[in-house]
Amino acid sequence: MNAIWQTEQAERLESVPPNTAANVDERHARNTRQSQIVSALSQSLPQRALLWQREDVAPYECDGLTAYREHPLVVALPETDEQVAAVLRTCFRLNVPVVARGAGTGLSGGALPHRMGVTLSLAKFNRILAIDPLARTALVQCGVRNLAISEAAAPHGLYYAPDPSSQIACTIGGNVAENSGGVHCLKYGLTLHNVLRVKGYTIEGEPVEFGSDALDAQGLDLMTLLIGSEGMLAVTTEVSVRLIPKPRLARCIMASFDDVRKAGDAVASIIGAGIIPAGLEMMDKPMTAAVEDFVHAGYDLDAAAILLCESDGTPEEVEEEIGRMEAVLMGAGATRLEISQDEAQRLKFWSGRKNAFPASGRISPDYMCMDSTIPRKRLADILIAIADMERKYGLRCCNVFHAGDGNLHPLILFDANDPDELHRCELFGADILETSVRLGGTVTGEHGVGIEKLGSMCVQFSPEEREQMFAVKRAFDVKGLLNPGKVIPTLQRCAEGGKMHVRKGLLPFADISRF
Amino acid sequence: MTPTDPALQPLIDRVHAARAANAQLNILGGGSKAFYGEAASGEPFDVTGLSGISCYEPTELVITARCGTPLAELEATLAQKNQCLPFEPPHFGGASTVGGMVAAGLAGPARASVGSVRDYVLGATMLNGRGEVLSFGGQVMKNVAGYDVSRLLAGSLGTLGVILEVSLKVLPIAAASATLRFEMGQAAALQQLNAWAGQPLPLNASAWWNGALVVRLLGAAAAVNAAVTTLGGEMIERSLAAGFWHGLREHTDEFFATARDAVNADGDARLWRLSVPQTASPLPLPDEQLLEWGGAQRWICSTASPDRMRDAADKVGGHATLFNGHDKSAGVFAPLKSPLDRIHRELKKAFDPNAVFNPGRLYPGL
Repeated sequence: MNAIWQTEQAERLESVPPNTAANVDERHARNTRQSQIVSALSQSLPQRALLWQREDVAPYECDGLTAYREHPLVVALPETDEQVAAVLRTCFRLNVPVVARGAGTGLSGGALPHRMGVTLSLAKFNRILAIDPLARTALVQCGVRNLAISEAAAPHGLYYAPDPSSQIACTIGGNVAENSGGVHCLKYGLTLHNVLRVKGYTIEGEPVEFGSDALDAQGLDLMTLLIGSEGMLAVTTEVSVRLIPKPRLARCIMASFDDVRKAGDAVASIIGAGIIPAGLEMMDKPMTAAVEDFVHAGYDLDAAAILLCESDGTPEEVEEEIGRMEAVLMGAGATRLEISQDEAQRLKFWSGRKNAFPASGRISPDYMCMDSTIPRKRLADILIAIADMERKYGLRCCNVFHAGDGNLHPLILFDANDPDELHRCELFGADILETSVRLGGTVTGEHGVGIEKLGSMCVQFSPEEREQMFAVKRAFDVKGLLNPGKVIPTLQRCAEGGKMHVRKGLLPFADISRF
Repeated sequence: MTPTDPALQPLIDRVHAARAANAQLNILGGGSKAFYGEAASGEPFDVTGLSGISCYEPTELVITARCGTPLAELEATLAQKNQCLPFEPPHFGGASTVGGMVAAGLAGPARASVGSVRDYVLGATMLNGRGEVLSFGGQVMKNVAGYDVSRLLAGSLGTLGVILEVSLKVLPIAAASATLRFEMGQAAALQQLNAWAGQPLPLNASAWWNGALVVRLLGAAAAVNAAVTTLGGEMIERSLAAGFWHGLREHTDEFFATARDAVNADGDARLWRLSVPQTASPLPLPDEQLLEWGGAQRWICSTASPDRMRDAADKVGGHATLFNGHDKSAGVFAPLKSPLDRIHRELKKAFDPNAVFNPGRLYPGL
């Protein structure tokens, strides 16, 4: 479920505007444009691949961020590469915005339709084209689900490492757009580190290929720009990913701490001891209470924070590493330690962490999930700051934390039917993001900027930096037709939002290097 | 580093002056990789004065250093805390700098198992061709705010701007290592390396030359010991093994020394680096080859025509780089196909509209 402050905002956006002369003109212009685009696209797409009636395009009105909704003019569902190219050629010629869409599980509104644009659904590109066990690669179409790749590779003892929590539904094309991570990315990397080659089309409809089946390609490493570009630079249709051998064994330690600062220090001690855990996750007390009530995994309800620390590898390696982890955690003041004795128990340890979002949905009408990243050592600072904000804004917040890589997911609990709570929740969220930037972090670790964090981008980047990003976009998409209005805020928008750029010596702690 | 850092002002002024005079600047670090890439041109623009480690947090696994910091100094600092740059960037001499390491984008023997320079770049502050100081990325592992411009700088050879400061992910030095040697032909070695890589083994580096396959295992002691038993082969003594891998990394071993002599002696001899899929069969080319990266990087010193090298790499889905040679008229890097060539030109304009920096170093006209 995506209970991210939906109803109120959605109703506001959905409400039918009054029949003023301007609105009537706008609707007329929209209908004319729609007919023009449908007619042009009909030249290259079969009727079944084009949707434009209101009830047919409604399912595409939002992604996982349901607070923002918009109907596209047209939804195109191409089935072949040639059809994708044709849609793009047509849109380029007619200057129509194009929003590519995978499974629509994104949490930042990256796939929010454009009111005057075409939503390009790539759902039909769902075939695994080849698994090469010797080369350890999978060649898949963009609409293949993340987990389906690992399932197809499993008979060969291989898997695809990045495992975002939506992996059962999200597609590899979407993962490329967002540079998705997961709970194992400290040790195994992000999408960028696990993709060899991406095939797709430019906005002109010209075929393009980034990366190669070798370990590098000639020229600038354009794949670094494409991955994580949120559909702003090109349309991905095919991806070649790296598969890695499945570890023979994984075991997990669950450690309790009576103080969040001690838990944060324990994380630093583990890394400081030269250990790179396969997973290192933390939950605070309110979160632990919420998930225990939901999954009954036997979590320590007295703990101020719980750490989950996983080791994987050969049985010999895991035994050695678990021993070292245990010693470090005890030395860091853990009040209780439990080590998984079998796979069932390991999965039980993880069950609460993996259900943090639905568990929050059970204890509150709505919640808003934040996604900032901070240097690990500032963990206690941000948790204390968030506790202050709970009092300041009069709202509760549960915290889950990818402690290994510094990515924090505070879940602010609120009731969207109360306009004042919604407003306070938005202020609370913006405060967390600005505090994260001030602590040397970033406004989004893995969910992307999309439409949701445009305002926060004004805080993190200077006008010159944002203009450089616009220039990068123009190098790929000269007319600005690919997913326009997302990721990079205009100067005007930053000014209107009243956001101050808080970096570059303008903020407290100016002596701290944080570029 | 902030845009108002006084150390940056002379550099910024110089860029503005060059722009106004329609002049070009040749960004200079230690000069250790001056041989690499197309010929340099433009006024010397020494940035080695911008030196020093700005921030190092061992428990964050991040080090931030200014571009002129000697690579040796950075690695020594990491070693004190038992950490390293796992991708083993080549120094090619004592003068090698951190900025040059990122700009060249070269990685050593461990690349196939641990990733390349760009995989370890977390953030960078750069000076673009408009004289603006810009920061992208940061000091955290996960960051998807905006385009990943900092990683684009890895391997850009200074064509987009000056890398002023960079943050790199670092890792602990592994507890144990072992080097094993096997007698086998090239085809058998390729088959064996790929088969091993599909198993959960701590395989970290590999090299095949002249009928011998050498592999390095790296990781926890228990894992390395178990793998030594599984793989068999002849164990190479520790210091001998260290010398062997160092020679490969720094191109000082017999193969590369001989290649360098050949290049210096004969105007037609060139050292080629072929980047190909790991499973590509032995390439039908004359002259002996040295293989690294599980078969993904193949070195050939040859007088054969550039077209022949490029065709051989292209046929298997790879590309050939003229790594070292006197006659570079055939182009150092494999030509770009459309639309990548257009995107390259547009990106160059986006960062450096007046083509101030390192003109033609990556591709003629870029």
